Amino acid sequence: MIVLRLALKSLMNRRITALLTVLAIAFSVLLLLGVEKVRTGARASFADTISGTDLIIGARSGGIQLLLYSVFRIGNATNNFTWRSYEDIASSPEIAWIVPLSLGDSHHGFRVLGTTTGYFEHYRYRQGQPLRFRAGAPFADLFDAVIGADVAASLGYKLGDPMVVAHGLGSVSFVAHDDKPFRVAGILEKTGTPLDRTVHVSLEAIEAIHVDWQSGARNPGASASADEVRRMGLKPKAITAALVGLKSKLATFGLQRAINEYRAEPLSAILPGAALQELWGLVGTAETALAFVSAMVVATALIGMVTMILTTLNERRREMAILRSVGATPATILGLLMAEAGCLTLAGVLLGVVLLYAALLLLRPYVDASYGLALGLEPPRLAEVQVLAAIVAMGLLAGLLPALRAYRLSVADGMTIRN
Amino acid sequence: MSDRKPILASGPGNVPGVPPGRPVIALRDVQFSWPGARAFTLAVSDFTVERGERLLLIGPSGSGKSTLLSLLCGILAPQAGAIDILGADIARLSNTARDRFRAEHFGIIFQMFNLLPYGSVIDNVELPLSFARRRRERAEAAGGVRTEARRLLASLGLDGDLIDGRSAANLSVGQQQRVAAARALIGRPEIVIADEPTSALDRNRQQAFLDLLFAEVANAAATLIMVSHDETLAPRFDRIVRLEDIVSGAAVAA
Repeated sequence: MIVLRLALKSLMNRRITALLTVLAIAFSVLLLLGVEKVRTGARASFADTISGTDLIIGARSGGIQLLLYSVFRIGNATNNFTWRSYEDIASSPEIAWIVPLSLGDSHHGFRVLGTTTGYFEHYRYRQGQPLRFRAGAPFADLFDAVIGADVAASLGYKLGDPMVVAHGLGSVSFVAHDDKPFRVAGILEKTGTPLDRTVHVSLEAIEAIHVDWQSGARNPGASASADEVRRMGLKPKAITAALVGLKSKLATFGLQRAINEYRAEPLSAILPGAALQELWGLVGTAETALAFVSAMVVATALIGMVTMILTTLNERRREMAILRSVGATPATILGLLMAEAGCLTLAGVLLGVVLLYAALLLLRPYVDASYGLALGLEPPRLAEVQVLAAIVAMGLLAGLLPALRAYRLSVADGMTIRN
Repeated sequence: MSDRKPILASGPGNVPGVPPGRPVIALRDVQFSWPGARAFTLAVSDFTVERGERLLLIGPSGSGKSTLLSLLCGILAPQAGAIDILGADIARLSNTARDRFRAEHFGIIFQMFNLLPYGSVIDNVELPLSFARRRRERAEAAGGVRTEARRLLASLGLDGDLIDGRSAANLSVGQQQRVAAARALIGRPEIVIADEPTSALDRNRQQAFLDLLFAEVANAAATLIMVSHDETLAPRFDRIVRLEDIVSGAAVAA
């Protein structure tokens, strides 16, 4: 139809402002969808990280904090708890398995986790999947290490390669435990969890690399060789946390209370699922704020579009009068302007979606490597499509404002061409 | 108000439903006021135009010319009175029906700024046909819409290379008025209304434009109503009407 073609040409005539309007809407849609992607990606990543663990035990602290440092390697433990307490709790009859965790060292920026071989047996992620070795096996020797998939990939380690563990957590560490090199004994399959970026060694090994160290600094003059250390028969003195599996879920709360009221030292026991819920509760406010901000950005973009159309109205009064003179009804003019707003919004929304997936394709590997966040490339969910449809509807509705003004002008102007 | 000109009887311009001798336009006791205005802005007790007439409406600006034209074309509806156009009282039609009626039966030429600047010349000429089914049919019967548009443009003196390629924005004022005339005439509407179409042209071009316009209006067997404040054009018309003679009331609208 010639009128639509002319409307399109009219828009093309204003292509720079129209393009900028479309871009503004596209970026706002990109932000809105991107925030949602990151949110669902983060939730999925967190929820998939731990499974099958009934309780996590640590020194007395908040549930969220304990969950974050023990499972997600975020932040640091404020306190360790003694090996004696660990052994005491481990002997409880309700416990099916218990795995100690000791954190505090790093290797080229990757966390080093001291644990037992039970870890590889009992740890479950993503709906109960067990850990699998891509190569090698759990550590057998004191100086054996099992590394996650990302560690192997980014440092280029193969089975049997030597590696030096540094004290502290920075990626550039000044105090390296270079006198006691480790050997890569096993490489885990990719899990999409913080495990991929973790170096696993035995608890004894954690003690061993600290043999000649006191208060975080090397004890001058003392230097035990690796073999000497092997013969020492080291026993861990303290650990950071422990993962517990119970024989019966019914015992969960009883044991939790018992640990929380443990006499010998202040301990905390948390249910991972409950702590995660607590975390969501905390993060939820921020998520809501982010979603609100994104929605406001979309609204701003739509207001920008309305402004753009409104400012062109005056110079288009002549266009309206001509259209009226050849028989266009005011409704046609109303429809044309609303269609223009609708087209701009639709173009913006579509471009925004294209930009989102382009950005996802480009940034996914980087986000995964840097933040351990697996962002999905799956098509928009129904809820997202509904939001996008709502944006287009809002664009149409927003177009009603200039459209009604044009309608009024075209009725008032009648046959007069005003400029 | 008798027929001084012979009716251009034959041809597709013949209006069904209007018996010969009945006026094409008849306004009776029309009263109109702009919304919000206290007094009537315009009152016309009796004004008729015969078929095939070439009428010059003379009045200074501010005398209600545009309002009268808007009433004739059905862009405005009066508060009282009858506006008989081709046998139909458009004052009683709905807004939409009036718009459709205007599309079918009126060709309108403005003083200036007649064209949609981003459209091609052909687009501008064919524009009314999107709103007027019968005019489209007539244009198609005359050898096709595109052919008819070209024929009109050519006979209005527009060169072929101007008709094709260029967008309407690049035309001179005189060329734009010719395109506007072609748009008003395509599909042979019964009534052509021209609101000071020559005021932006110099004297020579005025005469040339009127020659072409008159020829095409006669060819389409249309009735022409032209508004002007320029009385020197008078000899070329069948009848001259001064606005102040037919319009009474406080004419406020420009």
